[in-house]
Amino acid sequence: MAASEGARSPGLWRLAWRRLRQDKVAVVCMLIVAAYLLAMLGSATGLIAADWENEDGVSYANPAFLEGAANLEADASAPGQRKSAGPPVDLSDIDPLAPRYDEWRARTQAAGTVLPQRRETLPLGGDQWGRDVLKKTIKGSEVSILVGLAAALIAASIGTLLGALAGYWGGRVNDLLEWIYNVLTSIPYVLLILAFAAVLGRGVLTIVLILGLTGWTGVYRLMRGEYLKHREREYVLAARAIGVSHVERMFGHILPNTSHIVLVQFSLLVVGFIKTEVILSFLGLGVPVDVVSWGTILSEAQNELVMGKWWQLTVAGAAMAILVTAVSLLTDSMRDALDPKLR
Amino acid sequence: MGTYLARRLWQTIPTLGGVILLVFILFNWVGGDPALVLAGKVPDPAQIENIRRQLGVDQPWWVQLWIFVTQVFTFDFGRSWSTNQLVSDVILTRIGPTLTIMVPMLLLETLLAVTLALLVAYVRGSLTDRAVMIVTTVAMSISFLVYIIVFQWLFGYRLTWFPVQGWSGDLWTNLSKYAPLPVMLGVFVSLAPSLRLYRSFFLDEIGSDYVRTARAKGLTEPRVMLVHVLRNALIPILTYVGISLPGLFVGSFLLEMFFSIPGLGREVIDSVNRSDFPVIKAITVYLAMATMLVNLLVDVLYRYADPRVTFK
Repeated sequence: MAASEGARSPGLWRLAWRRLRQDKVAVVCMLIVAAYLLAMLGSATGLIAADWENEDGVSYANPAFLEGAANLEADASAPGQRKSAGPPVDLSDIDPLAPRYDEWRARTQAAGTVLPQRRETLPLGGDQWGRDVLKKTIKGSEVSILVGLAAALIAASIGTLLGALAGYWGGRVNDLLEWIYNVLTSIPYVLLILAFAAVLGRGVLTIVLILGLTGWTGVYRLMRGEYLKHREREYVLAARAIGVSHVERMFGHILPNTSHIVLVQFSLLVVGFIKTEVILSFLGLGVPVDVVSWGTILSEAQNELVMGKWWQLTVAGAAMAILVTAVSLLTDSMRDALDPKLR
Repeated sequence: MGTYLARRLWQTIPTLGGVILLVFILFNWVGGDPALVLAGKVPDPAQIENIRRQLGVDQPWWVQLWIFVTQVFTFDFGRSWSTNQLVSDVILTRIGPTLTIMVPMLLLETLLAVTLALLVAYVRGSLTDRAVMIVTTVAMSISFLVYIIVFQWLFGYRLTWFPVQGWSGDLWTNLSKYAPLPVMLGVFVSLAPSLRLYRSFFLDEIGSDYVRTARAKGLTEPRVMLVHVLRNALIPILTYVGISLPGLFVGSFLLEMFFSIPGLGREVIDSVNRSDFPVIKAITVYLAMATMLVNLLVDVLYRYADPRVTFK
């Protein structure tokens, strides 16, 4: 037989990868997600958008494709545009300081002020201080995606570990963990987050902790079920028969066979947490206002729409929506690709 | 039925105990010394001592826990730390506005989502079905915040159909004038996820043997879908609606903040921002209780949705 010569049958992951590559939607989504991660890494290492805080443009600068559109706020802050209301009033006959006018004029000219060259338009518009919205959004992705990834990592790890313990050991361990699960899920999720936020305070690290510590229940439930099922399977019994330790059986044998579920749950959690961060930051309970994230950008942009400045809201909202859509579609494809029944 | 209810209520006791313990640990231990929060920015040692005695924080932890447990069961959480209102009054006055928004929202949303999901599930695999799926995926990935800002701008500011925000003391004025925009927003945002979920419930049922049998008997399509499929899919739908019921009382924090609705959700946010621990503690514990009761109620309702269910 050829099988013994090393013609290895492809494993679950290789098969899934092969199927995923044939799925056009999945490939596009993977490219989008990769682009976001690259942009995030680039901005974290200072390669791109490092100068996002430069006030390059005039206040609320128009986007480049709207050059010349009426924009009151931008005109008001543009250099050299200020005109005095009437002819200058001559006060020299009553002003006791009038003899020094010439001296001051000479000194002003000698000082030679340089007006910063502020641009009238920016690629995708400017914010209140004339910062480039595009660069700001890229910078904001750093915190938003990081919060999503880190919190999802914590939640998925806790959920997997506790689910494994409850499902594998059963008995008292299971009772205890089921009790904790019931307690946490009997409090409405948002309220649970807010209760944690009330006592833990604000900050990027805190928000990661809060989301991670409260969000693991779904993964726990699924993994517990999987471990219950796999515990009695032949391959685990066989491992037990040859003397494999409990830890090795739990994490060396059962975990690889259930890890596709964790992966799908992980990407669902990332999406959920990115959305939650935005809302918490808006409520003033997420990342601090001086840290730029999609949440703080959106809450900053909430009053700009009435002024007709729609670009900051649109760019940040769209940046988030595209990432979330891509990850959601990718998750669906992954779920299909990893489903052994569809093989 | 009676014994079933008694047993289920008995089972909620450890969970309730856990909730009380969790809230106690969070606010009496992790949250730091409440006297420091209360005394303000320039604490005076004598004043702190006084406050600690009043709150009972100088007592050993088991006495504090006992105080908290009696507070829960006597519905007496004392007064709010920032407004000095009775906590029970705060909760009772805030619950009305929240329900005014949430009840119409849940009814409309469930009705619309079930109807649309049934239609979409019926034409599964078609272009319409796929288009709806794509639209809902995109709709779900836009932040709730963006929807609120855009809707408020469009309907409140540009079209001036509804007031941008506000609330009155009269239920009818609220329902006809102030509630429609937030309710519409809430329905719009929650429609996409429910539609997708209900569609999958219907698809599960449509593939069943009994549907084929019903069709083979020569039943009309409306009868197959409305009587057979809908009835069977009602059980998972009921569960899902049941899970979202306790959320009715919390309301939507964002909607209440944006539309200045004096409901429970806004109260919680304000309390969190003001470190008003008694209010948050009370709302958390009572909502957890409400959740457990609602879950029990949903389980009893199964009996009526599905006669095969028996109480053991």
